[in-house]
Amino acid sequence: MFEVLILLFDATLRVATPLVLAAMAGMFSERSGIVDIGLEGKMLGAAFAAAAVATTTGSAWLGLGAGILASLTLSSLHAYACVTHNGNQVVSGMAINIVVAGLTPTLGFAWFKLGGRTPALNGDERFTSITLPFADALADVPIIGHIYSELISGHNIIVYMAAISVPIVAYVLYRTRFGLRVRAVGENPSAVDTAGISVELMRYKALAVTGFLCGIAGSYLSTAHGAGFIRDMTAGKGYLALAALIFGKWKPVPTLLACLLFAFTDALQARLQGVEIPVIGVIPVQFIQALPYILTVLLLAGFVGKAHPPKAIGQPYIKEK
Amino acid sequence: MAGSKAGFGAPAKVPGWVNLGLIPLVNLVAAFVISGIVILIVGDDPIMALEVLIYGAFGYPEAVGYTLYYTTNFIFTGLAVAIAFHCGLFNIGAEGQAFIGGLGLGLAALYLDFLPFWAVIPLAILGAAIFGAGWAYVPAYLQAKRGSHIVITTIMFNFIAFSVMNYLLVEVLINPKAGGSPETREFAEHAWLVQAPEFTGMADSPLNFSFILALLLSVAFYYFVWKTRWGYEIRVVGQNEHAANYAGISPSKNIILAMVISGGLAGFVAVNELLGVHHKVLMDFTGGYGFVGIAVALMGRNHPVGIFMAALLFGAIYQGGTELSFEMSNINKEMVIVIQGLIILFSGALENMFRPRIEGFFKRKSATNRVEA
Repeated sequence: MFEVLILLFDATLRVATPLVLAAMAGMFSERSGIVDIGLEGKMLGAAFAAAAVATTTGSAWLGLGAGILASLTLSSLHAYACVTHNGNQVVSGMAINIVVAGLTPTLGFAWFKLGGRTPALNGDERFTSITLPFADALADVPIIGHIYSELISGHNIIVYMAAISVPIVAYVLYRTRFGLRVRAVGENPSAVDTAGISVELMRYKALAVTGFLCGIAGSYLSTAHGAGFIRDMTAGKGYLALAALIFGKWKPVPTLLACLLFAFTDALQARLQGVEIPVIGVIPVQFIQALPYILTVLLLAGFVGKAHPPKAIGQPYIKEK
Repeated sequence: MAGSKAGFGAPAKVPGWVNLGLIPLVNLVAAFVISGIVILIVGDDPIMALEVLIYGAFGYPEAVGYTLYYTTNFIFTGLAVAIAFHCGLFNIGAEGQAFIGGLGLGLAALYLDFLPFWAVIPLAILGAAIFGAGWAYVPAYLQAKRGSHIVITTIMFNFIAFSVMNYLLVEVLINPKAGGSPETREFAEHAWLVQAPEFTGMADSPLNFSFILALLLSVAFYYFVWKTRWGYEIRVVGQNEHAANYAGISPSKNIILAMVISGGLAGFVAVNELLGVHHKVLMDFTGGYGFVGIAVALMGRNHPVGIFMAALLFGAIYQGGTELSFEMSNINKEMVIVIQGLIILFSGALENMFRPRIEGFFKRKSATNRVEA
């Protein structure tokens, strides 16, 4: 049983990594007042760029850089549409998702001739697992040592990046001037404007952070979790991260917990396929897959606590003439 | 509602043809220019690609049939998204509503096929509309009564719809003879919709009676939105919720009404796809049509005539794009999705990029004309 749990939590961490990074990315955008349903597209774009560059240069790190760059570009486009031109934020996010969903296999097909995928990555083209110090030495210590060596050690670098991203994001949002201003433009942009701070520039900066983190999330999919890019490899993870962000009430730690919960249900469903549970019987896999979305709907409807979105979310800020 | 009140079909003080013709055209050209650049990057000739696309969409009768068959879906989803826009709502959930509409249609077509065709077909169509409407009702209710954001709720409902259909098609409604693929048995033949007649030359295409339904619904849509009290109330709520409240028009009632109609219209995708083409319920028959409906409604300025034109455009791009992937060595069928996304980007998200300049130009022009007069 203990072994099974360790395996289950191990899988949870691997699945949660892109969710955590993407949800933290979305947090900056949404807290600054810009709806971002384009997380999916940014991740997918980053996944493709990372795999394409990693396979061409032979370096996973260069791949990661390319992934971040691709995501930043898409995020800038979102900012250009929503902040500069006051365009509809939902439409912009949708458009980015659709363009990337088409563009990645189109370019992949033209460059690699593998029907839209990239060549399989191996060796230095991928982020491989890291054994943390003392993991081997502590492996025989009951429980604690076991958890350390099996569960905490042995992931790739991006999993650890996701883990430290949460405290960093929490610190930046709540303990720095930048974070305060990001939250302020999302709650009351005209007040920020009155204080002589550019709302536009703040939102651009927030979306740059979104692009950066989303780039890491996307690169993880193709260069760490997987070994190469396949079409539509995000498979709704961007939306799931968005759901986690909302379920976490736009706050870092609750959002992390929501990501872990959603990832855990995902890991659990893989284990529970066709397994009889006493009293309940067999739970349909599809129900577990839908659970995160059902929970999010219930939360938004106010049946599970109450979420207060940033006040100015979705509204373009237009200076009074 | 997030920013949707401003900009969608807002009347401008410029000639109508500028707002309804020139501006969408400029956005379209911009999307095609970027698409051309992408085609250049992958190493093909964009001009030739455009020729292939146009020939593939309209070059011979069967191609026209395919184009109109895609157009049918886009009219349905375009109208669905438009009615929600009229009420100031953003319905991203047309995809899920169409999918669940397929369930209603399937249940009627599978279990009532002992009835004659003149009974089972209308019942199946009704089933699609009612189930689609029901799937839209829940997010609408939550938005009207509990203040949940309709965009987020409808996104979630798309995923939930997928899971529900996946479960039902895998565990409950599956045809055991289908070799394990998640689909139902075929509908009885008298429940199929008629195909395009022989003399049109489109009999081999999937074009069917749904196209006529789409045209009828477009006319009905026009009368409903602009000529009835209900349509008026929906538009008032969309323009200004406070004013509506003040005038004794209930926003929450109209939000629910508009969304239910929206979901019902989305359900008609199932009529075209399942009753007209596949003759059984299967996974993923919605093929992203619900999302394209957003672009169709935006381009068509939420008006049936505009929606028809935009739907025809997207239908042509879909059909011509299939031809592209056959004819051009470096282009695969995903190029269609790129073009589609770019059109949404330019006509939706970046609609304010060219608009002020074009409007400014015409405003200045009309001002100088007045001075001269």
